[in-house]
Amino acid sequence: MASKLTQSNRAGWAFALPGFGLIAAFIILPFFFAFGLSLTDQRLVSPNATQFVGLENYRDMLGLGLVTLEPERDEAGEIVRDEDGLPQYPRVRTITRSDEYPQYSGMGEWFSWSSGDTVKVVLASDVVFWRALANTLLFVLIVAPVQAACALGLALLINQRLRGINVFRALYFMPVVVSIVVVSLLWRFIYDGRDGLLNSMLGFLSFGAFEGHDWLGDPATALPAIMAMSIWQAVGFHMVIWLAGLQTISPTLYEAADIEGASKWQRFRYVTWPGLRNTAVLILIVITMQAFALFAQIDVMTNGGPLDSTQTLVFQAVERGYGRQDISGGSTISVVLFLLVLTISLIQRWLTRERK
Amino acid sequence: MMAVLAPENHGLRLAVRYLVLILVAAIFVLPLLFMVMSSFKPDAQLLNDTSSLRAFLPVGDLTLENYREAFDRAPVRLFVLNSVLVTGVTVLLALIVCSLAAFAFVYMNWRGRDVVLSIILATLIVPFETIAIPLLLIVSKLPWIGLDGIETTWLNTYRVQIIPWIADGLTVFLFVQYFKDLPGELIEAARVEGASWVQIYWRVVMPLAGPVIATAAILKFLLMYNQYLWPLIVVQQEQYRPVMVGLQYFFQLDTAWGEIMAYLTMITVPVLAFYLVLQRAFIASIASQGVKG
Repeated sequence: MASKLTQSNRAGWAFALPGFGLIAAFIILPFFFAFGLSLTDQRLVSPNATQFVGLENYRDMLGLGLVTLEPERDEAGEIVRDEDGLPQYPRVRTITRSDEYPQYSGMGEWFSWSSGDTVKVVLASDVVFWRALANTLLFVLIVAPVQAACALGLALLINQRLRGINVFRALYFMPVVVSIVVVSLLWRFIYDGRDGLLNSMLGFLSFGAFEGHDWLGDPATALPAIMAMSIWQAVGFHMVIWLAGLQTISPTLYEAADIEGASKWQRFRYVTWPGLRNTAVLILIVITMQAFALFAQIDVMTNGGPLDSTQTLVFQAVERGYGRQDISGGSTISVVLFLLVLTISLIQRWLTRERK
Repeated sequence: MMAVLAPENHGLRLAVRYLVLILVAAIFVLPLLFMVMSSFKPDAQLLNDTSSLRAFLPVGDLTLENYREAFDRAPVRLFVLNSVLVTGVTVLLALIVCSLAAFAFVYMNWRGRDVVLSIILATLIVPFETIAIPLLLIVSKLPWIGLDGIETTWLNTYRVQIIPWIADGLTVFLFVQYFKDLPGELIEAARVEGASWVQIYWRVVMPLAGPVIATAAILKFLLMYNQYLWPLIVVQQEQYRPVMVGLQYFFQLDTAWGEIMAYLTMITVPVLAFYLVLQRAFIASIASQGVKG
């Protein structure tokens, strides 16, 4: 559209510069800074000069080890058992603090499982980081498909031609405009173990049979509870994007399907779904990026607890970079997070590519 | 198919459809309704009501006591003013700065144009959360020349909440998409008549840009008013705190649920009202993100 005849270098730059300059200074610069800072021991405030430390931050964070614990044996070679008949194992500490295994020094137990008489223990030099990474991935892997599917269901529901359908669309979308911080605090009450709305409602519906549960206080239910709430808040957003995709599908395709006598499922499978391919890619990428950024819910609802069951990468990045003023540690997590987002977006793009 | 069905059967199907729609609506509306209703109830009644549908109804001993206590606990007026100021200024500047850049990308011919545009679009895949910590270090050491002389940091100011958020790839992209669809002859004609670029931008293009201005303004408004992570780490002084961070006054010490619901209602209902009035524009602005990528 720009005129091919006139070149307006000075005016062009003058118009673009405020925007480009701000983006360069406040998005691009810190982005590259993150990589640089992760190779140093930079702190937010420090009397000492910053030093280049190479990949030390990454080694301290990513280090993993697998050890096999043999059960303790007495002099006769019999396995020592406790009162319940369970074999006794040496404590993990005897390995991580021993000079015999310098590679495991300073590591802690992440998780373990038994195989036969032995126990396998996964050691990590930064257990909280690995828990945060595992929780974040779990959150993304569950929330992205579930939320995308729920949003598609809502979009199909809203795409009917019915009187007053716009009212329902507006209501389904309502939580999207409410801050996730407000939603998190509201749902803290809903999930509350003693007086929470959810417990009371379940008790009411089961005529008092439901005993009540501390949803956020139990490591087994805290993260799923946060997942459910996050989906509730954001699903309307993706419903609207699906809806925009649905409305690009030509009505003549549906008419053709009706003439062919297609069933409802066949209509969806052969007309609707192929028409939504690009929308699907976009939605998965958008949800994935939003899910990786999980922070406010954790900060307001659980602070990473109980027992680190809701630690996430962004929460840890902030905890270290801001809370402990460890800018280099926070930057290292940020870099790992960015690489994850990038990888998963590329994989999704590849998986959902046009097949020729 | 439908013609075969008896009319009463058709009516039943319709009723079932509406029933499903209403049940789903309840899932989204009831928690918010609970928030608003609870804000008017004394704590004891609030807790009692949760075990029945009374939780969602304005019944019993309704009072404004929770609101009074919320104002006592935190400087609510200050937080709201801070949020309104930061949000308003950022939205206004973002509309100007991003539309100017988009204008240059679409209508003007200049060296480096395509490279700069691709760099800006590439920033769309960088989530803010991955740059927050390095950006914290940068703003903590940025100087500023103000009315009171030279300052050595941006922490604890309005500018740190405003300036980094003015320009972003999405807003520029939305304007670029919209400008591309405007008839180019208009701009050519204005050029021929000798209008300057500033005149074309202000007199020809921007008056036609109503829909995209609404879209960009709504998205930026939601982003800015709901900010949490960034003000949390760059503002420690109460004086500059926005509403979402102000929420910490209510959940960190004792949890008085009535007061919390009152505060949540105060900072949410204006946005919800704004949304319900302009819901078509809000939904259209989200849908327009669907063309991205």
